[in-house]
Amino acid sequence: MITELFKHKAVIICGHFGTGKTNIAVNLALEAANTFPDICIADLDTVNPYFRTADNAESLRARGVNVLLPQFANTNVDIPSLPPAFPLIFTAGCHSVTDVGGNEEGATVLRGFAERYEQIGYDMYYVFNAFRPENVSAEYAVYSLRAIERASGLRFAGIINNSNLGAETDISVTAGAVVRAEAFASAAGVPLVMTTAFEKNAFPGCTVIRDVTKKLF
Amino acid sequence: MSKMLMKGNEAIAEAAIRSGCKLFFGYPITPQTELSEYMAKQMPKRGGLCLQAESEIAAINMVLGATASGARAITSSSSPGISLKSEGISYIAGSDLPCVIVNVQRGGPGLGGIQPAQSDYNQATKAPGHGDLHLIVLAPASVQEMASLTGLAFDLADQYRMPAMILADGALGQMMEPVDFEDRTPRSLPEKTWACCGHANKREHNVINSLYIQPNVLEDIVVERFKRYKEVEKNEVMYEEYMCEDADVVIVAYGITARIAKSAVKEARAKGVKAGLFRCITLYPFPAEQLKSLSLKVKRFVSVEMNMGQMVNDVKVAIDCRVPVTHYGRTGGVIPTVKEITEEILRLSAIKEG
Repeated sequence: MITELFKHKAVIICGHFGTGKTNIAVNLALEAANTFPDICIADLDTVNPYFRTADNAESLRARGVNVLLPQFANTNVDIPSLPPAFPLIFTAGCHSVTDVGGNEEGATVLRGFAERYEQIGYDMYYVFNAFRPENVSAEYAVYSLRAIERASGLRFAGIINNSNLGAETDISVTAGAVVRAEAFASAAGVPLVMTTAFEKNAFPGCTVIRDVTKKLF
Repeated sequence: MSKMLMKGNEAIAEAAIRSGCKLFFGYPITPQTELSEYMAKQMPKRGGLCLQAESEIAAINMVLGATASGARAITSSSSPGISLKSEGISYIAGSDLPCVIVNVQRGGPGLGGIQPAQSDYNQATKAPGHGDLHLIVLAPASVQEMASLTGLAFDLADQYRMPAMILADGALGQMMEPVDFEDRTPRSLPEKTWACCGHANKREHNVINSLYIQPNVLEDIVVERFKRYKEVEKNEVMYEEYMCEDADVVIVAYGITARIAKSAVKEARAKGVKAGLFRCITLYPFPAEQLKSLSLKVKRFVSVEMNMGQMVNDVKVAIDCRVPVTHYGRTGGVIPTVKEITEEILRLSAIKEG
């Protein structure tokens, strides 16, 4: 169950951009809605105006998830902004998933809230996809992980291995990447807590998630 | 090298570096920015230079200077930025310099928006700058093609000594698909004997220029250049036909719209309508002859574009208006859905000719 990621009330999803952070965050919020009626998801992506949590706002709300979006998500306003209701996750005592933008640039926004995350208790996870160019070398992936910790002022609790090749993913891809994820986790000194796969590519020990990425065709 | 999962913008950048392009000049703009970001991170590590210019105009003129020395260079932008580059593009074409220009299109006119569009088709194929000129215009429809057509664009540009454009859009730039960078073989190309790279007192000095004092000299130069364009038109047309053999209604599309249209063709076929897709891969040269042959077999064409109707006119001209050609489009950053294109195919197939 993906909800195993909740050790504290706040889960933060970070990583290199394009590793599937939003897909993980949305899956987690949808699943957590069964256990935690107070679940919130906050879209804190200040980096990329395309393919974001807002694409899933309808299905999330239908499951009772409180969706906190920046006012300008999916519009032509190309400026970084935070959801006005975002501080709710610190004051309301609710369970929350924070979906953060890619790389250290995306994680910088967390810095101003680091103390408040510390106060309520958080688990920050690094989403890893071995098939993204800058994760091909474990060395760079470790650099990226450390850079996110420096930028956010927060510590990673674990690594989520979300390795995939889009539509060309099969079991050899998902299962085959586990060794690389383990090597990365060992080099980073952060535990590998989960490997995800869609149902058709699932293998023993993985956590099954759904593809919630917006489909154009 | 195994496949990687990449954004279209990243794939163009990586393909350019692998094509021996070590010079990127650009100015950031959504939805193209990952391309410059990738260049900024990779070029210094790989012996190249990524320079963020003070403006799009500066960037395109840096490309002019760099390519005059015989180096491969690339610049990228999105719609409003391409308009700014148009003077430089014309100078590059007038100087017979090869380069690659990337347009990751967004909604316009004016500042428009940041969501995907295809409304720069006319600009790219008809008037990318002032004067009698053409760019080679390649229209990728997948992240794989963002990579492979970038490699091809450099080769074509060098072979014909002219600028080549990758005409993409925000959706292709931002979406992620697997990509293999070893799927094409580079062409063998002539030596750049014209380059201004130092004559070392061993040959006459070369001059790169687009100014001519005598009108008849300029005319001769332009006429000669158009002979090269004829070669491009004869040799370099690329297109893909999908289920056109027995089709009544054929969609003509390129880029992301062709991907959506392909799904619509399948849906229309499932509903009993003989639909097909003609995908233009080169927009200049335009696959006019191929469309003309196809027009002998089909009942009508519909040009599906993310604009108010631009390529539709080239389709009409290509087929001498032999059968009806209509346009279906969304604009302003709105992407048509599979459902609405399917409905348009069904609507058109129900029209009785008379």
